Amino acid sequence: MKFRNPLATARNHGSAGDGVEHWWAQRFSAIVMLVLAAWVVYALVSVIGATHAEASSFLAQPFNAALAILFLATSLYHSRLGLQVVIEDYIHHRGLELALVLLVKVGALVGGVLAVVAILNIAFGA
Amino acid sequence: MATDNRPLSPHLQIYRPQLTSVLSITHRFTGIILSAGLIAVVLWVIALASGPEQYDRFLAVASHPAGLIAMVVWTLALFYHLLNGIRHLLWDAGWLLDLKGAYASGYMVVTGAVLLTALSWWEVMT
Repeated sequence: MKFRNPLATARNHGSAGDGVEHWWAQRFSAIVMLVLAAWVVYALVSVIGATHAEASSFLAQPFNAALAILFLATSLYHSRLGLQVVIEDYIHHRGLELALVLLVKVGALVGGVLAVVAILNIAFGA
Repeated sequence: MATDNRPLSPHLQIYRPQLTSVLSITHRFTGIILSAGLIAVVLWVIALASGPEQYDRFLAVASHPAGLIAMVVWTLALFYHLLNGIRHLLWDAGWLLDLKGAYASGYMVVTGAVLLTALSWWEVMT
């Protein structure tokens, strides 16, 4: 049985009109992090319990700095997509829902910029 | 339209918890834990870029027993979300969707997450 009209099928946007992009972005960012997973575990193990000098010289290596920026940006993006879905599912007050989603988006952006500037600062030894 | 006499699907409180449903909500819950931990990761790079004194102050907080427990919980959440995320991607591709595949992969994810967490902290401590 088919309830959807031909135009909706052609547009292929599902019942909500949008959301397919969000779904793909969540998966794509997951796959990017999956590729980086081994390095992330190696980085965490290297850096937990390290002194300031050890940790900064680890992050100052170009390869590590680049992957750290890539991973932090991707994980913040993935995190904001995921938190958005959680908020949309459980917050039933429309105004609060929009405010929280906006807060998460701005928070992820600000956190990302701060982290990237900090890593570049360490990498270029300012 | 009368809505008071219509049949309802079983409520969450009545339904017996199953491995599949518990792991499903755990994926979401660990996602929230990881997002909260990302704030700490961003603060960590900022502390590292701010010099040795700031970094030592950060480490003093992080090495408090509560901080250590939070880090172990965070890494457990990380490995769970990573492995269960792979399980979700395989489902998206159409694999392991039968009951047997869902249960076997579920047990693998839980076992793998605990083992990888133990192994990583063993590596950090030694």
